[in-house]
Amino acid sequence: MRVVVCIKQVFDPAELKVDPSTRLLVTDGVSRKISDFDKNAIEEAVKLKEKQKAETFVITMGPADAMRALREALAMGIDNAYLLSDPAFENSDTLATARVLAAAIRKIGNVDLVLLAEASMDGYSGMVGPRLAALLNLPQLTYVRNIVSVGDGKIVVERDLEEGYEVVEAKLPAVVTVTKEINEPRFATLPKIMAASKKKVDTWGAAELGLKSEEVGLAGSAIQVMKAEAPVMGRKNVIFQGELPQQVEELVKVLVKEGLLKV
Amino acid sequence: MTVLVFSENLEVAAELLGKGQELARELGTKLAAALVGSGVKGKEGELFAYGAEVVYVVDHPSLSPFLPETYTEALVRVVEEAKPEVVLMGATKRGRETAPRVATRLNVGCAAGATSLRIDREKKLLIAERPAISAMVVATEFSKTKPQIATVPPRTFEKPPRDDSRKGEVVEVKVEVPAVEKKVLELKKKEVKGIKIEDAELITSCGRGFRKKEDLKLLEELAGLMGATLGCSRPIAADLKWLPEDHWVGLSGHKVKPRMYMAVGISGQVQHLAGMRDSKIIVAINKDPEAPIFKVADYGIVGDLYQVIPALINYLKSRKG
Ligand SMILES: Cc1cc2nc3c(=O)[nH]c(=O)nc-3n(C[C@H](O)[C@H](O)[C@H](O)COP(=O)(O)OP(=O)(O)OC[C@H]3O[C@@H](n4cnc5c(N)ncnc54)[C@H](O)[C@@H]3O)c2cc1C
Repeated sequence: MRVVVCIKQVFDPAELKVDPSTRLLVTDGVSRKISDFDKNAIEEAVKLKEKQKAETFVITMGPADAMRALREALAMGIDNAYLLSDPAFENSDTLATARVLAAAIRKIGNVDLVLLAEASMDGYSGMVGPRLAALLNLPQLTYVRNIVSVGDGKIVVERDLEEGYEVVEAKLPAVVTVTKEINEPRFATLPKIMAASKKKVDTWGAAELGLKSEEVGLAGSAIQVMKAEAPVMGRKNVIFQGELPQQVEELVKVLVKEGLLKV
Repeated sequence: MTVLVFSENLEVAAELLGKGQELARELGTKLAAALVGSGVKGKEGELFAYGAEVVYVVDHPSLSPFLPETYTEALVRVVEEAKPEVVLMGATKRGRETAPRVATRLNVGCAAGATSLRIDREKKLLIAERPAISAMVVATEFSKTKPQIATVPPRTFEKPPRDDSRKGEVVEVKVEVPAVEKKVLELKKKEVKGIKIEDAELITSCGRGFRKKEDLKLLEELAGLMGATLGCSRPIAADLKWLPEDHWVGLSGHKVKPRMYMAVGISGQVQHLAGMRDSKIIVAINKDPEAPIFKVADYGIVGDLYQVIPALINYLKSRKG
């Protein structure tokens, strides 16, 4: 069985700041990391490798620095990695991104299972998984919080929906998106990190993937972003000082004054 | 030409019809809705009552249970038939997984989780706002492709007044539903209390500052005294399951804008803020003076919730006598 995990490197939200004068995001010097939930997808793939000898692949579309994300996935136990990188891929929206990922999955070939996170932590659109499934013409299983079984060309999963947990069986190949609750991702150990750093990782660009420049990047994107600004949050920022009884009394007093409480 | 609305959840469809009507007026088009499923024919009245002028009905036995693959087929057919300028879909979980599949089949863009929608009259374009980059910013965007598709989270827009006297045109759409090699084996119901946290005027919300489930009783007691509804951060609902998901506030939970939101033992990560930052008054109780929640709070007490909440309860009780 061949399993491909698609991951994304994102700005570490803990380091992101807004410039108060422009309300724009400051990304200079902000480090990038693997989007949190992607690690759950990696962990699930590694478990399939351990339990049923799946051959595992990880791919990411991104700048040269995204190689670090791939190395981390290798250190967690994934067998092979490919970096999908090309200046032509820059500023891809979810449609253009899915085209690049789909081309890479076709190139890897004979893939039984594609694993992604339910959504990336930065964009949080949850669109890349279903778009990829549509491009590859495969069934999709989203919001999966438990892979019950994989084998005999079938997969059974438990999906987390609003009204309940849906247990579904689908024929492979299929695209599966997982939730944070599916597992606890392992940490890479030092020897594994060392070994992963020596592994050969190929980079595929538009040419290797057989993609035309008008299908990818800004040119291939359907969405055009006009601006991205931090919302204004004018808040009073009053912290009550003094001893607890006094703080509590003052808090209740202002809540009454705001018309929120009657006492 | 139409503005087309679809959600498998009729409440959400009604909300989208409210917004859709405004957009259709701006564009000078009709307002249409898609009704998709098995045995749905005859249920168009609900959609007319909330403002649909045309209802496209796709009724097929294979459209139950809901599968994103079959619903995509049905919706692509409706789009071919209705030729909409704009398509609005509910960002329920089923909507969020189906809209991108539909958009990809049509080779078009999709604004995911739009919190605001308007029409640029000159360019006749749908302009959407949505949280982006870890919900730190609001992105304003449009699609270069047609139809322009957006998904909209439940309770983003007001449900318009219902008028059962409204009638409209019914268009039946035939579809060949492809065989999907997928079987729904079971649906295990979730515990839902049916509370609508979006309707709450006052919310007292708990986070991981609470050490165990039983301790939530403290906050429940306070909520009772204040007439507030309980909310919570993601870990409380998703990981610890101390409260049903109805209470979950944030980017991946419910978006609320009560008159007061009191965050107790919640650090205030951006994904949580994305769900409550439009609250009128924000109160924070946290033992860490550096917790980001204080930056967005109107009023705050730095202290141990296990002391602050009982003190608040006692004070309110003493005042009420
Ligand atoms: C894509 C994505 C989507 C997400 N969606 C959501 C979402 O919808 N909603 C959401 O909430 N989160 C969401 N998260 C998770 C979010 O990033 C945070 O992990 C989460 O909000 C933290 O919850 P918390 O504040 O309860 O816990 P913590 O961050 O652990 O904070 C606990 C707080 O309690 C305080 N505390 C501890 N003990 C006490 C005490 N005795 N008295 C007073 N204070 C105390 C601590 O100082 C701390 O500030 C999402 C994350 C991602 C990546």
